[in-house]
Amino acid sequence: MSASTLPLLVAAIAIAGYFLGAARAASLAATLGGVRRLAALPAHYGAWVALVAALPALVLIALWLLLQGPVIERLLLASLPAAALGEHAGLTLNAIANLAAGVQAGQPDPVLAEAALRLAGMRTTSERALLAATLLLAGAGGLHAWWRIAPGFAARAPVERIFRGLLFACAVLAVLTTVGILLSVLVESLRFFRMVSPVEFFFGLEWSPQIALRADQTGSSGRFGALPLFAGTLMISAIALLVAVPVGLMSAIYLSEYASARLRGRLKPLLEVLAGIPTVVYGFFAALTVAPLVRDLGAAIGLEASAESALAAGLVMGVMIVPFVSSLSDDIIHAVPLGLRDGSLALGATRSETIQRVVIPAALPGIVGGVLLAASRAIGETMIVVMAAGLSARLSANPFESVTTVTVQIVTLLVGDQEFDSPKTLAAFALGLVLFVGTLALNVVALHIVRKYREQYE
Amino acid sequence: MSDPQPQPPRRATIDVVRAGLGRRYRRERRFRAYGLLSVLLALASLLLLFTDIVDKGVGAFRQTRVQLAIHYDPERLGVGARAAAQELAAADYEALIKDALHERFPAVASRAERRALARLPSSAAAWELRDRLLDDPRLLGAREKVWVLADGSVDAHMKDPGASTLGPLQRGWVDELAQAGELALRFNANLFANGDSRDPELAGIRGALVGSLLTLAVTLALSFPLGVAAAVYLEEFAERNRWTDLIEVNINNLAAVPSIIFGLLGLAVFIALFGMPRSAPLVGGLVLTLVTFPTIIIASRAAIRAVPPSLREAALGLGASQVQVVLHHVLPNALPGMLTGAIIGMARALGETAPLLMIGMVAFIVDVPGGFTDSATVLPVQIYLWADSPERGFTALTSAAIMVLLGFLVLMNALAVLLRNRFEKRW
Repeated sequence: MSASTLPLLVAAIAIAGYFLGAARAASLAATLGGVRRLAALPAHYGAWVALVAALPALVLIALWLLLQGPVIERLLLASLPAAALGEHAGLTLNAIANLAAGVQAGQPDPVLAEAALRLAGMRTTSERALLAATLLLAGAGGLHAWWRIAPGFAARAPVERIFRGLLFACAVLAVLTTVGILLSVLVESLRFFRMVSPVEFFFGLEWSPQIALRADQTGSSGRFGALPLFAGTLMISAIALLVAVPVGLMSAIYLSEYASARLRGRLKPLLEVLAGIPTVVYGFFAALTVAPLVRDLGAAIGLEASAESALAAGLVMGVMIVPFVSSLSDDIIHAVPLGLRDGSLALGATRSETIQRVVIPAALPGIVGGVLLAASRAIGETMIVVMAAGLSARLSANPFESVTTVTVQIVTLLVGDQEFDSPKTLAAFALGLVLFVGTLALNVVALHIVRKYREQYE
Repeated sequence: MSDPQPQPPRRATIDVVRAGLGRRYRRERRFRAYGLLSVLLALASLLLLFTDIVDKGVGAFRQTRVQLAIHYDPERLGVGARAAAQELAAADYEALIKDALHERFPAVASRAERRALARLPSSAAAWELRDRLLDDPRLLGAREKVWVLADGSVDAHMKDPGASTLGPLQRGWVDELAQAGELALRFNANLFANGDSRDPELAGIRGALVGSLLTLAVTLALSFPLGVAAAVYLEEFAERNRWTDLIEVNINNLAAVPSIIFGLLGLAVFIALFGMPRSAPLVGGLVLTLVTFPTIIIASRAAIRAVPPSLREAALGLGASQVQVVLHHVLPNALPGMLTGAIIGMARALGETAPLLMIGMVAFIVDVPGGFTDSATVLPVQIYLWADSPERGFTALTSAAIMVLLGFLVLMNALAVLLRNRFEKRW
C-alpha cells in the first residue's frame, strides 16, 4: 500500500459513505411518509457521512507523512551507539538510508548494516500502522455519522459549515504560498548572510561564486559582490523597456483611437499571440538569430560586439513585453471618459492633439503603473537571459558587451548538485530574496496606482 | 485733430487657425503613421520569429535513410541456424552492414577507406537490423533490402551540402547512392518515438512529451479545484473586511511574482524540507500548481462575477441556502468561463521553464518516464537543453520541438476560444 493510493482508498470510503448515508435517510423518510418529514435532504445526510469519514483521515495521512521522516530519524539515532555516529550524524544517516535502499559501496560496517535493517523495519511498521489508523479513523467516523442520522437531525447546517471552511482554506492557500516563498527565501538568505556580510553582497564589485578552493581555507570560497548583477539586470530591463514602452503604447493608441472595430478585432489577438509564446522560444530566437545579427551590426559600425550581448537579450525581451504594455495601456485609455475627448475635439483640436494633450495626461498614472508592471516582468524574466545573455559579471554600460543578470546567476548556481550548507547554493536564495522583494515592491506600487486610477473614473 | 493712427490689419482667429492647419494635419498624419508602424513592427517580429523557427526546424521532421542489401548470414552473425531470441539479441549486426557496404562498393580496398565507408550508416542501424530480426526470426539466412538510418553527418550533408563535414570520398559515395535512389529523406519517426539521446539522428521528444503530460496532469488536478474553490469563497462567501482585502492583494501580487521564485520555493520546501524526489513530475506539477493558481483564481472570479445576481436572488427567494445557490446555479453557469481560464493557465504551465530548472528537471534522461515519481523532463526544458548543444543537428531538432510545443499551445488556445464561443452565455 503506497502513500499515493491511501487517499484514493479514503475517497472510496467517502463515496460509499455518501450512498449509505443517503440510503439510510431515504429509508427513514419512507417509514415516516416522505422526505418532507426529514430535517434535511437525503443528499445532505450522505454528504455528512462522507465528510466525517474522509476529512479526519486525510488530515491524519498528511500529518503522518510529514512527521514520519523526522520521527524515524530520531528513533534511529537514539538506537545507535555513540561511537557509530562519528562526527557527522547526517552523513551516517545518509549511509544507512543508502544501505536500506540497496545501494552498497564496498563492505558495510556491521553496525550500520543492522541499523539499515532496523530502518527498513521501522518504515514498514510505519506504513502498516498508517494504513490501519486511516482505515480505523475513516470507518469509525463514517459509522458514527451514519448512526447519528435521525429525522430530526438537520444535517444541512454542519455540511455547509464544513463546505465553507474548505473553500476558505483554499483561499488561504494563496496567502500561505506567499508566506512560504518569503520564509524559504528568507531563511536561506539569513544563513547566507551569516557567512557573507550583507555589505559585501550589496555593494561588492566582484562576483565569482564558483571559486571554492580548499574547504579549510577561510575567505577563499568565492566572492559574492552582487552589484554587477544588479547593474546587468537593470541594463537589460532598460533596453527591453526602451523597445516595449514606445511600441506598446503607440500600438495601444492606434488600436483604441484610430483603428476601425474590425481591424482592431483582427490585430489585437495577433498582438496577444506574442504574449502566449513560451519564453524559452524567445530565448532560442535571441541566442541563435538575434545575437548573431547584433554582432554583425556591431561589426558593421565598428564596435566589437559580444556573441552574448545585452542588446540582443534586451531587444527580444522588449518584443515579449510589447503586448503586456499595449493591453494594459489599452485598458487604461479605454477608461478615460468619452466626454473628455469630445470636449477637446469640440474645441477644434485634432485627434492627435486630443490624444497627446487630453487622453494621455488623463491616463498617465495608469500608464505609469502598467510600465512598472512591465519592468517587474522584465526584471524577473529568466529564460531569455539564461539563453542569450552571458555569465560574466562585469560592470559595463556598453550594450554590445555581455553582462549577466540576477536570474541567470540563480539558475547557474542551482542547476546541478546543491549543498544547503555552501554559500554558493545559499547565494542563489539571497539573490532570490532581492528579486522577490524588488518585483514585489514594483508590483504593489503599480497595482495600487492602476487600481486607484480605475476607480477615479468609475 | 490728426487722423487716427492707421491700425495694423487685425488677423481674425480663423486665419491664425487656418495658417497652422496644414502643419497640424501633417502632424496628425505622422502621429497616426507612428501608431500603425508600431503595430506593424510588433507583428513583423512575430512573423520573423515564426518563419525563422519553421525555416530551421522543418528539416528535422525528415531524416536520411540509406538502402542496404542485407544478408542475414548466421555465420557472420556468429549464431546457429536456429538461434534463440537471446542469441540473436547479442549477435554482431555491424558485420552485416559492413558486408552490405563492401558489396555495394567493391572498389573500396584500403583500411582507412573501409572505415570511412562504415561510418555512413548511423550507429543505430545495427539495432534496427536486430529489432527486425527479433520481430521475424524467419529472416535468418535470407536476403533483403532494408532502409537503415544514416549517420548525422550524412543527414546534414543531404539537407545542406554547403555546411557538410564529410570528406571528399564520403561525399562521392553519398552522391552515388543518392543518384541511385538508395539514399533518401524519409519521415523522422525517431523524433516522436524516442527519448533524448546524444546523437541528433536518434534523439526524440517522446520522453519530454510524456513528462509534460504527467506534470500537467498533476497541475490540472490540483490547481483547478483549488483555484475554483478559492474564487467561489472570495466571490460568494467572503465578507468585505481587511482579511479578504489581504487575500485579494496577495493573489494579485502572486500573479506577478517571477516564476523562478516559485522554483526556489519548490526547491526549499518540497525537496529540501519534505524530501520529495528531484526531477519528478509530481514536484514539477506541485510547483506549476502554485504558479498557475493565481491565474485560475482571477479567471474563475471573472466567470463567477458574470453570472447575474438575479439568478442568485431567485434561488435564495425559493429557500435555497447559499451553498445550494452556488452549487446548483452559480457554478454550472460559470463553468465554461472557468474552464477557459483553466485551459489558458495550463497553456502557460506547458510553456513554463524556469521553475522546473530549479527542481532538477534538467537532467539528461533517455528513458520515457512511466510514473509521477520517475525522473523526467518536460518539453520546454528539452528545448532549452538542445538549444545549448553545439552540434548542428540539434539546432534543427530544437526548432522542431518548438514547433511541436507551439502546436500544442495553439490547440489549447483554440479549444479555449471554442469553449468560450460555444458555451459562454451573454446575459
